[in-house]
Amino acid sequence: MNIQKHISKEYDNELETVRSHVMEMGGIVENQLTGAITALVESDIELAEKIVKTEYKVNLQEVSIDEQCIRILAKRQPAAVDLRLIMAVIKTITDLERIGDEAQKIAKKAIYLSESQAPKAYYISIKAMGSLVVNMVHDSLNAFARMDSKEAFIVASREPESDEQYVAILRQLITYMMEDPRSISTSIDAIWTARAMERIADHARNICEYVIYFVEGKDVRHITIEEMEKELSEKL
Amino acid sequence: MLQNSTKASDINNMNSVDDNNGRHNVPTHAIDPSVIHKHEASLKDEEICIEVNAFNFFYGANQALKDINLKIPQKRVTAFIGPSGCGKSTLLRCFNRMNDLIDNVRVEGKMILHGQDIFDKSVNVSDLRRRIGMVFQKPNPFPKSIYENVAYGLRIQGVKNRHILDEAVENSLKHAALWDEVKDRLDDNAMGLSGGQQQRLVIARAIAIEPEVLLLDEPASALDPISTLKIEELIYQLKSDYTIVIVTHNMQQAARVSDYTAYMYLGELIEFNDTAKLFTNPKEKMTEDYITGRMG
Repeated sequence: MNIQKHISKEYDNELETVRSHVMEMGGIVENQLTGAITALVESDIELAEKIVKTEYKVNLQEVSIDEQCIRILAKRQPAAVDLRLIMAVIKTITDLERIGDEAQKIAKKAIYLSESQAPKAYYISIKAMGSLVVNMVHDSLNAFARMDSKEAFIVASREPESDEQYVAILRQLITYMMEDPRSISTSIDAIWTARAMERIADHARNICEYVIYFVEGKDVRHITIEEMEKELSEKL
Repeated sequence: MLQNSTKASDINNMNSVDDNNGRHNVPTHAIDPSVIHKHEASLKDEEICIEVNAFNFFYGANQALKDINLKIPQKRVTAFIGPSGCGKSTLLRCFNRMNDLIDNVRVEGKMILHGQDIFDKSVNVSDLRRRIGMVFQKPNPFPKSIYENVAYGLRIQGVKNRHILDEAVENSLKHAALWDEVKDRLDDNAMGLSGGQQQRLVIARAIAIEPEVLLLDEPASALDPISTLKIEELIYQLKSDYTIVIVTHNMQQAARVSDYTAYMYLGELIEFNDTAKLFTNPKEKMTEDYITGRMG
């Protein structure tokens, strides 16, 4: 999507600044998430602790971007594509902040789990799930940066995969708990990490939906992937 | 064996609990359509007040309006926006044939007010202007008392009964949200009112003769922000009784007061759409460039 410049260059600068701040925040969140998953898979306590401690950075970014958006709304009364951009930004950063929260949760569980090892099979599946959600977050931010609704749809349509992986890990760990009740506490921690990743995939999909709203002006929330495809069929 | 089957169903239950939380599995019909607030108006459901068909307008050799096709819905506010010289005021003035006063103008096509062509030879222009009232950018009260300003139209129609006049003046001033400010000084000269009050007085004068349509040509552009808001509030109140067509340079004003918006450029109608849609997701790129401040 190509957007022509405003008559007011200052207005362009303001919008551009907000967008670059969202990308910056996205970068921090992505690092937090990758770190949390590495800490979990490699039982790296030091890394996990660092992630828990730096989560506040994401929160600060969210507050600051919100403020910039409010200022633009008050000053410029944006319309049409500009208005949709501001709405998309405000919503995107909420989801990014939540992804940051989930990453922190994963890091905390990584600390517990490093003491009492979960079964090997769990680590294999969680690694696969981790790389799926990291990619989803990364690609959703890419779609946002490029204002690419086509890419956003492709990323969003991968979200159900994460649900399948979550259910698979859940079954795996339930079997494990049934076999050895002493593993229940460890397994529950492990389930929480999978749950967090499943939520992260949801947030990444939300971001994609905001990108589609911003680019196409179509609200594709709360519908199935098939319905979404139909909505966008003229464009894709 | 029994134990095993219970466990299996436990697993399934856990999954299904998750499925209910997992948003992707929520069937669409689970969303109650009544909770989705539809603010969008649709032209299809509207009663039409004025229909403009293949309308062209010329000032001498200069074509000011090009093939305009438009339906102004009844008892709604329709706004015309566009850059200077796009023809929005010209179009507005055609509705009550104000352009007849200019030499060398030529009209093609039709404007139909409730089944009757506005430009038909049989139309009595005074009668047409009684049905379609107009308010201009600069308030233009007569140098008479407040009372006489509002009563003017009725007096011209031959109304002499003091009670009828009193009632009409009071009602019109109340309708124009001016009554409380002027009720104790109806005999004062109207020129002593503030600009915002004068504008509301002019609106009261226009509605005293109960027109069907009110044309507002930049009614608030010479007013301060508070008076502007009062005029906007008034427009909102008036649309339950009148069809209102407003020309404005203030796009936010169009977004605030109107139900439908027409964007015009160089004498052409570029887009006519529900206001909410036009300002959030316009169909035409040209409209988008204009309302987001990208044109020029």
